Amino acid sequence: MTKITSLNQLINLQEQIIEKKRDDITSHPGKSWGSEKFAPQALKEDQELDAPRGKEIRVVLRNCTLIDPENLDDYISEDGYQALAMVLEQYTPEQVIETIALSGLRGRGGAGFPTAKKWELTRNNPGTQKFIICNADEGDPGAFMNRRVLEGDPHSVLEGMAVAAYAIGAQQGYVYCRAEYPIAVRTLIKAIQQAQDYGILGNNIFGSDFSFNIELRMGAGAFVCGEETALIASVEGKRGEPRPRPPFPAVSGLWGKPTSINNVETFANIPQIILTGPEWFASMGTEKSKGTKTFALAGDVNHTGLIEVPLGISLREIVYDVGEGIKKNKGLKAIQTGGPMGGCIPASMIDLRVDYESLTAAGSMMGSGGMIVMDEDTCMVDIARFFMEFNQEESCGKCTPCRVGTYSMLQILNRICQGEGVEGDIEELERLSKVTKVHSLCGLGQGAPNPVISTIKHFRDEYEAHIFEKRCPAKVCRALIRYEIIKDNCTGCTFCAKNCPVGAITGERRKPHEIDQEICIQCGICFQTCNFNAIEILPGKVQLVGEHS
Amino acid sequence: MEDQSSEQTYGLITPSFHLLLKEFPLNQPESREIIDEILHSFRDVPGGLMVILNEIQSKIGYISQPIQEYISLILNIPVSTITGVVSFYSFFTTKPRGDHTIKFCMGTACYVGGTPQLMRKAEQILDIQTGDTTPDNHITMEVCRCVGSCSQAPVVVVDEQLYGRVRPSKVPPLIRDIMKTYEDS
Ligand SMILES: Cc1cc2nc3c(=O)[nH]c(=O)nc-3n(C[C@H](O)[C@H](O)[C@H](O)COP(=O)(O)O)c2cc1C
Ligand code: SF4
Ligand code: SF4
Ligand code: SF4
Ligand code: FES
Repeated sequence: MTKITSLNQLINLQEQIIEKKRDDITSHPGKSWGSEKFAPQALKEDQELDAPRGKEIRVVLRNCTLIDPENLDDYISEDGYQALAMVLEQYTPEQVIETIALSGLRGRGGAGFPTAKKWELTRNNPGTQKFIICNADEGDPGAFMNRRVLEGDPHSVLEGMAVAAYAIGAQQGYVYCRAEYPIAVRTLIKAIQQAQDYGILGNNIFGSDFSFNIELRMGAGAFVCGEETALIASVEGKRGEPRPRPPFPAVSGLWGKPTSINNVETFANIPQIILTGPEWFASMGTEKSKGTKTFALAGDVNHTGLIEVPLGISLREIVYDVGEGIKKNKGLKAIQTGGPMGGCIPASMIDLRVDYESLTAAGSMMGSGGMIVMDEDTCMVDIARFFMEFNQEESCGKCTPCRVGTYSMLQILNRICQGEGVEGDIEELERLSKVTKVHSLCGLGQGAPNPVISTIKHFRDEYEAHIFEKRCPAKVCRALIRYEIIKDNCTGCTFCAKNCPVGAITGERRKPHEIDQEICIQCGICFQTCNFNAIEILPGKVQLVGEHS
Repeated sequence: MEDQSSEQTYGLITPSFHLLLKEFPLNQPESREIIDEILHSFRDVPGGLMVILNEIQSKIGYISQPIQEYISLILNIPVSTITGVVSFYSFFTTKPRGDHTIKFCMGTACYVGGTPQLMRKAEQILDIQTGDTTPDNHITMEVCRCVGSCSQAPVVVVDEQLYGRVRPSKVPPLIRDIMKTYEDS
């Protein structure tokens, strides 16, 4: 394989590739330029990445489903690696940092730290050995934006990393990818290999004296490894436990050397900023939050999946325009952003702008981009409990406030959901939230109380209904509801009885069935299986014979 | 701690190679070769322990106490360090999984979409708890977090195959399909 040694050569190669594609198209009349291109069939049928909706702008996702991620030529035909070649021929490292600073790009991994600032800090720290790390740990349950970029356009991330490495003076980069993403891992390995074959990674890239290589490292199912110091420990082959900062990785990171860790999406933005110009990038978004952001839109909206919108868009536009409204025309209750360390934003704040500052002020955060829309049938106490369970399981246990705090809060939330809440529980949750937030070592413990704090703040009445009335208003918490068969609707099809795991449903074929409340465990299977809407959920605890309340 | 009681632990005394090599899977030439090959390829990679453990987990299927002792001897790292790393990451197991795994997605979208009901149904049919393996070693039930197909929630992954919008009534046929592969042979 011949190595590419200059920007000119790269552009020549691009022309050849496009020429060849044109020939391909003329000799295959079925294919058309632009609309179909050459992505593999499986990717085109991507259920999670639909054609962009009206208010979307695709920057990070621009190539996904359009190019074949396993074919570097496809990326090159879309101006691939021209940003890197340009930077190496025409920019000093300082100019690269300046360009990124002008664009206003902020980290897409959650905290929104200005990317140029991070690179500058790393660059200015003494030492000849420096590292660049791509955080592809994406552990937020309900988020998969980074995964689609890695699987659909891996070279954009590698190119961003190479530009960053040139800017900070790193010779070695690592992609830390979670083990749950085997396809992303395979795609990346292949992409790195192809880039090496072309001489785009390796020694004297594009004929310059800049040498850079990338290695892939896999996680092993620990959410906390997304935290930068834990991630570094994991790359070093250790237990992925966070350590106190400072020193920040920019000063002392991987193997004690200055290291810049950035998110997948942060890197994927870089080539476009260089090629199209920082002014273009900064023209999108708000004063302090520039560019676009991808979100994994999930939950009770009609159009779910991956979206990319300019920052500063309102939640209303996301839910009703991009998301095409709430399923079954139900009412919107809340929107959860920021993952397990984020918060729930109530429907009343639907006109909130989506930018780093506004989301934080609303008690949530940008996070990596999970966005779950919840309709009126969602129990907010149950949601808080779900996220606390996640945080408690994922707490690494290194520091006491987080370990004990998440455990104690989960206990209380479990009790409340089981109808055993007592007066004072809400206040105790608030107290524990404060302690955990302030005294935990890393972002996991500091953010773990957010779902509880935000749901208590906006949905206190639901907590009170659970605790004082033993009632789950949304009819979700199992211990606080009962299932009954509506006799008039029941056709006696026996389907529910066959599916009930505890045999609580009896009745003759073609005659109305009945649920024995003493046996029923409120699993909800019958409710989901009945085709005739003959099963209803009623709020209120089942009163068993002989039980005193 | 408890799940290690079934395996031989050596306490503070490091066993000799000789003793270790009597242990399964180190006493199988094929699997020993795979382990040796992995150790050989990655022992000098910086931070290579994670790479080695990931490779062994994926190729052997688990990292038992004897395997950990073996790595410790070859790499000259205290076995307590290795056990510390293995126990930290949920992907590493010290016991073999079943032939097939059913993973229930408990990511946010799937949780809200009804995964708990599916799990209850499967637990009832297989008569095991989530996280366990059936006594015949055929099926392991596991929970996973978001697999990136939230719009098809709730999602169940059988081995590598993903099933979306699973209703509780779909669980019995799914399990039946797995069991069929055993009847045929
Ligand atoms: C518990 C925890 C989990 C995190 N998980 C991720 C993650 O999955 N991906 C990510 O990019 N950043 C994650 N972060 C944020 C990183 O620590 C870090 O801020 C980020 O990778 C920096 O990249 P950026 O500047 O490009 O945003 C996590 C932080 C914490 C505290
Ligand atoms: S805050 Fe939690 S996750 Fe972070 S170091 Fe402490 S115990 Fe570990
Ligand atoms: S599934 Fe519905 S219609 Fe059929 S017996 Fe049960 S309640 Fe009646
Ligand atoms: S809720 Fe579950 S246990 Fe109760 S009757 Fe329906 S299927 Fe049976
Ligand atoms: S939450 Fe299950 S696939 Fe995302």
